[in-house]
Amino acid sequence: MAIPVAMFRAVNKDARHWQLLALSALFFLSRFVSDFGAEFPALGAALSGAMLAQFVGSKATGTNFQWKSAAITTLGITILLRASDPVFWFGAGLIGIGLKFLVRFNNKHIFNPACVGIAVVTLASAGAWVSPGQWGQTPVVAAFVMGFAALVLSSAKRLDIALGFLGFFAALLFGRAMWLGDPLVIPAHQMQNGALLVFAFFMITDPRSTPDSRLGRLIFAAAVAGFAAWLGWGPHVRGGMIYALAALAPLTILLDRMFPAGRFEWTPNNKNEEGTGNETQDIDDGGGVRAHAAGT
Amino acid sequence: MKLKTLMMAGACALTPLVLSPSASAFCGFYVAKAETDLFNEASKVAIARDGDRTVVTMASDYQGEVSEFAMVIPVVDIPEEGQINVANPALMDHLDAYTAPRLVEYFDPNPCERDLLYESVTVSARRNAPLPSAQIAQKAEDLGVTIEAEYEVGEYDILILSAEQSDGLITWLNQEGYNIPDGAEDTVDAYLKRDMKFFVAKVSLDRHDGNAELRPIQVAYEDEEFMLPIRLGTVNAQGKQELFVFAMNRTGRVETTNYRTVKLPSDMDVPVYLKDEFGEFYKDMFRHQVEKENGKAVFMEYAWDMNWCDPCAAEPLTTSELRELGVHWLGNPNGPRPNENVPVQPRRLIAPQAADVFVTRLHLRYDAETFPEDLKFQATGDRTNYQGRYVLRHAWRGDYEQCEAAGDYANTLVDRWETEATTLASLTGRDVNDIRARMAEEGMSAAGLGVETKPKKNWWQRLWGNDDE
Repeated sequence: MAIPVAMFRAVNKDARHWQLLALSALFFLSRFVSDFGAEFPALGAALSGAMLAQFVGSKATGTNFQWKSAAITTLGITILLRASDPVFWFGAGLIGIGLKFLVRFNNKHIFNPACVGIAVVTLASAGAWVSPGQWGQTPVVAAFVMGFAALVLSSAKRLDIALGFLGFFAALLFGRAMWLGDPLVIPAHQMQNGALLVFAFFMITDPRSTPDSRLGRLIFAAAVAGFAAWLGWGPHVRGGMIYALAALAPLTILLDRMFPAGRFEWTPNNKNEEGTGNETQDIDDGGGVRAHAAGT
Repeated sequence: MKLKTLMMAGACALTPLVLSPSASAFCGFYVAKAETDLFNEASKVAIARDGDRTVVTMASDYQGEVSEFAMVIPVVDIPEEGQINVANPALMDHLDAYTAPRLVEYFDPNPCERDLLYESVTVSARRNAPLPSAQIAQKAEDLGVTIEAEYEVGEYDILILSAEQSDGLITWLNQEGYNIPDGAEDTVDAYLKRDMKFFVAKVSLDRHDGNAELRPIQVAYEDEEFMLPIRLGTVNAQGKQELFVFAMNRTGRVETTNYRTVKLPSDMDVPVYLKDEFGEFYKDMFRHQVEKENGKAVFMEYAWDMNWCDPCAAEPLTTSELRELGVHWLGNPNGPRPNENVPVQPRRLIAPQAADVFVTRLHLRYDAETFPEDLKFQATGDRTNYQGRYVLRHAWRGDYEQCEAAGDYANTLVDRWETEATTLASLTGRDVNDIRARMAEEGMSAAGLGVETKPKKNWWQRLWGNDDE
């Protein structure tokens, strides 16, 4: 009994451990279940790009080498991005992590690294794309993602933004279907999308690039959901949620100013990649929302 | 000018197997064979698309009275007459044959002879698609229906309709003999609320030449949305509809973004007796694979650069054929024609100049429950070639005792046949014992070899090569 408990404690020390486990499981699911899923060469390419940028960024800023964050970015890119050449995964990793160091405001990076990496390479070339339909709509996948994600989020304390996004997005899809007179199986079908769930639970939930306050996060989630829905209905963009999140990321600055709150940190009192350790996360704060409020 | 794609509300049926003899890539030659109807209700849609410019060609193998044929398609905008065309049905047949799942045949050499000589044969499977007739009435306006445009194209009378409400439109269409099924109101309403128009076509008996085969209708349009409306076709509860989509573009494989795309299982050895029943095999396999995906997947049956094929189920399409099918980005038809009249070459058929066309063949069986939403596509940058290909390996027959290699070969045959039987069972859902029995009838069993096969060696005997027996 002692060994499992010790293992649990070791994993539970850092919410990113749960994310890494869940994303790794999703990688294998995609690799072995989908005909057009994630691939090992893509994983290697994305990892190279992300780690290279992380290494250079850490050296340049004199901070610790945060391999866990870069690994999470790598897995997110590998799971969601499809490309005709490994250079695109490499580029997405490099750009995503690179922008984490380069585009900052008030000691906080603006863009979710995996999201912006994917957005840049898919917009830049027809050789890279997002395949939103390839997860299938089986409840098994949905349950898997939900279960694992819930575990992750209980640690990272960002369930509010995930459920907020999914709730707003579902309300828009169902509302539009009712207005059009479409059968409700259509929006239900649209919601049972593996890529959407991966996005909601592993991308928009990134605590480092979303607003600090709960109200701010919910407003942010609503804005991303609305923009993503419009991208699908208006210009018929596939995978619109990723572009919506990337485009609206700067809104975080405004929301943090309007609704100040404590800043999330992955590990308490550490010299983290930003070189700040002024706010901490209370690990034992079961069901709590966020780090200790420090105010600004 | 925007115009959204089509949908077939008509009945459709499937074609016979067609094969065409062509040279083999790796070895020997192909033999052509024909089969009868594969699928009973199928539509074929070819979509040639580059950027927003799109040409859709809709074909059916409508078997009923020409006067009964009607097609109703929601479109985004009102096409001009010049945007509508009729195509030669042979073009779709050729595209179908070129992309069809194929059977390849190999003959094992005499194991006592070193040199390998192969021959191969291919049989391809394919099918066909449906179409209608029309009159014009002035009662339309009373029902809130506006006839936006009215064209005579080939044997078709075409109307572009807009309407305020679905009931008026449906009433008018029924009065005009379009037989809109009950329950279509909601679906028609949903398209009207999206501000879509309806493209309706019937066959003009005056201009129809009496040919039983109706020609495919083509529409050229520009739209950023890459989709195919299928919902009207699911309204009439006639059961599942069969649809083949042939997408041609410059970038690579096309996939559905709101439904899972899966590859049809391919490159497997199957029992040689399938040679004469390949069509049945393909039908059973497709049905079984659809069941395995709970009816919710779109199957990719072919994805290939149209310059070549290996093996070729039919010759690649010529540049002029591709242009007729709407591949507008290919050069001037009076200029050099890459594949024109080029005899099929053995091995990889490399055309004198790149055709710059990548084709994806998608096949789905759908109804309102499994495919509630219109099909949405995207072009990917993936140019990996894929084909539905099944292999027959004919055993060498002779004196299995004439040399040691022949004896060993006989032993491998029994294992191989067992693998083929289980492969066929898993592909089609057929009973493996029935397959074994059928193979035994054809001499594909240990008894059928006429020699006593050696007992199987244990794994350690195979490891060190020592023979305790």
